[in-house]
Amino acid sequence: MTERIIRTKGIYDKFPRKGENNPAPSATHYCPGCGHGVLHKLIGEALADLELQDRAVMISPVGCAVFAYYYFDCGNIQVAHGRAPAVATGVSRATDKVVISYQGDGDLASIGLNETLQAANRGEKIAVFFVNNTVYGMTGGQMAPTTLVGEKTVTCPDGRDPMTQGYPLHMCELISSLKAPVFVERVALSDPKHIRGARAAIRKALQIQKEGKGYTFVEVLSPCPTNLGKSSVLNNEWINEEMAKEFPIQNFRDRTEEAQPIERAKSDFTDEALAKAFDLASLPATQENDDPNFGEAQVKISGFGGQGVLSLGTMLTAAAQAVGKQVSWYPSYGPEQRGGTSNCSVIVSGETIGSPVVYHPNLLVALNRPSLEKFKNDVVPGGTIMYDSIMGDVEIPEGVRGVAVPAQDLADAAGNPKGANTIMFGVMLELGITRLPAEAFKRALEAQFAKKPKLIPMNIEVLEYARKWVRENVK
Amino acid sequence: MAKKLVKGNTAVVIGALYAGSDCYFGYPITPASEVLHEASKYYPKLGRKFVQAESEEASINMCYGAASTGHRVFTASSGPGISLMQEGISYMAGAELPCVIVDIMRAGPGLGNIGPEQGDYNQVVKGGGHGNYKPIVLAPNSVQEMCDLTMLAFDLAFKWRTPTYVLADGVMGQLMESFTFPEKAVQPTIDTSWAVAGTPETRKNLVTSIFLDFQQLETFNNRLQEKYAKIAEAETRCQQTATDDADIVLVAYGISSRIAKTAMDTARKEGIKVGLFRPITLSPFPKKQLKALADKGASFISVEMSNGQMADDVRLAINCSRPVELVSRLGGNLITLDQVMDKIHALAK
Repeated sequence: MTERIIRTKGIYDKFPRKGENNPAPSATHYCPGCGHGVLHKLIGEALADLELQDRAVMISPVGCAVFAYYYFDCGNIQVAHGRAPAVATGVSRATDKVVISYQGDGDLASIGLNETLQAANRGEKIAVFFVNNTVYGMTGGQMAPTTLVGEKTVTCPDGRDPMTQGYPLHMCELISSLKAPVFVERVALSDPKHIRGARAAIRKALQIQKEGKGYTFVEVLSPCPTNLGKSSVLNNEWINEEMAKEFPIQNFRDRTEEAQPIERAKSDFTDEALAKAFDLASLPATQENDDPNFGEAQVKISGFGGQGVLSLGTMLTAAAQAVGKQVSWYPSYGPEQRGGTSNCSVIVSGETIGSPVVYHPNLLVALNRPSLEKFKNDVVPGGTIMYDSIMGDVEIPEGVRGVAVPAQDLADAAGNPKGANTIMFGVMLELGITRLPAEAFKRALEAQFAKKPKLIPMNIEVLEYARKWVRENVK
Repeated sequence: MAKKLVKGNTAVVIGALYAGSDCYFGYPITPASEVLHEASKYYPKLGRKFVQAESEEASINMCYGAASTGHRVFTASSGPGISLMQEGISYMAGAELPCVIVDIMRAGPGLGNIGPEQGDYNQVVKGGGHGNYKPIVLAPNSVQEMCDLTMLAFDLAFKWRTPTYVLADGVMGQLMESFTFPEKAVQPTIDTSWAVAGTPETRKNLVTSIFLDFQQLETFNNRLQEKYAKIAEAETRCQQTATDDADIVLVAYGISSRIAKTAMDTARKEGIKVGLFRPITLSPFPKKQLKALADKGASFISVEMSNGQMADDVRLAINCSRPVELVSRLGGNLITLDQVMDKIHALAK
């Protein structure tokens, strides 16, 4: 007698991943009457018929289908509980291949609900196959988000009570409330007629993937005789009579015709592309020169958020870099810079900089009174505090020089009312504490206004105006 | 060579792009958000892939997906976000996937605050997730190293097929310094021997961390431990400054090592023989090198913005053979020079 075995397409003939010396190498690990085997066959057959096996990646969830990779003859990835849609997103974005996320009700609708909805909402190019059998199978029959009202499970032994356990979650209905999904349908495996319907929906979903059109979601009402404590026949009747009332078997969305393929860009790794992205050609080729005799300037700049505190700091940093000095800039960050006071530390040095945080500045630039009060006592003896004269009378610690700068008045007088920051910058230069030459400051201004070159001469004028003011007014 | 003033967080993205990374998946959190911002700007510009994920759990699992395909993927976060990622990182270690994770540490526990701290040491260096695994952990202490060590992290992650961290603190992320662009960009290829890339040659491949059979899982775990031993042998890195004749060795990484360097210089000027030992790999931890200094009779001060998490590793490395003191600040505060000097003076007596 000749043996006649009809091989299932897209599924391995034997399942060595079940382990060595397995007594039933061509039998699945699923219980008798379970829907997973049927669904595997339908998906495998579609993968083969649509010639997708060489370009498909199957993602196995946590749940009874954790071992889906035993069976599917394509690339396989096994993932954490509920995270399959996120993993699928990563696979899809990286490769732009056909990606299948195969998940059960606990995995998809409970622990992974966020990933499920967000991947659907992004319209990821993935096919989700959702096995809804109203119960956690692998872990032993606990209540699932899709357990029917009144249905008994291990964790609702008296039947699901909506007053304490809520109502069944309707995933097709939720998913189809989103704009991005292309195809959403609920099918069942309860009898040959429904299986034919499921087959059609599965093939359609995978055809959409083949064409790269976007997100598809097929919910499969599936029997779990073991955990529902029913015979296979009764379980299937129950699906048709009870489950289908709660979860109507129907199409919810079909945009196959109007949906266009989603194109993904091709990654560019060339040096040329990187040089262009970072505009390397425009960068000055400076080299730090160690100069122990140069010493070190420790500057703290502080004021209200939005007063230009941080940009005054970055301009000073750019000035130091322009002439090859070591420099660091460290800001206060986060909510602090959105309200209240903001500050930054700038260190200019002839040698490698240790801690980039300035505790005891040689120069404190205080743009508002709270900053002045907060930091003035930290200034080293012999140090300088620059502050805006708009603050009026201030008390400067003994042994520290105070320089009151009428920044706005000077900017107005220099013919550039928006140049108060440049005035401060010019005063900083002329006071000499930063040890940097005028050349450095001018180059920093050029860099600052590189995108609006018209403003450069104007600001250099303001800078010179501030320098002159210092020479004439500051001892 | 092109130089630019950039923040540490920006340097990380530049390093990743030059290392051939083509996928970034991340979620906002201060003080790591600039990594996300810069990635959103540059990845699409270069045709590379960027997704702002719905959570850190999703971002690490998107990374798991892209890593499974053999592509060079990375993400960045900070304390609370790293805690959420631990499950995914354990799965990556179990599935032997290469991925780079950047942690710009903030102050904890709980919501804590956004100030700099180094309190993630244990959850990063020790593995953090479930199971017997160890990631590789690199600790930069300058903006230049934020880039360079990110590039190295990709190399090591792929060489050893293991998740690899760049562990930095809020200061390193926010600090701006002059930085030199990498000379050459890596041209990545897919390793078809294990990746699942949706191609004919990778069709038979499987990425998984499940071993149902107890013996099999034990064998796998033992093989992981052997791999970690090889990593320790081959990849341990540290920087020693003036440790040769040092009576006191400061042990510090990240921003704390910059402060410790200033303290070392100050102490040397006072005539106290202080050296600086900076682990560049926190995992593998440079045990042998520390042990050699202990054998020469040095005493140690662990300078860290955490509650002695690294000091414990120093004690283990030297088998408690010499005193190991701790200088620490918590809560978002930086260690001060005075604090370190006080401890040095106390030990020098």
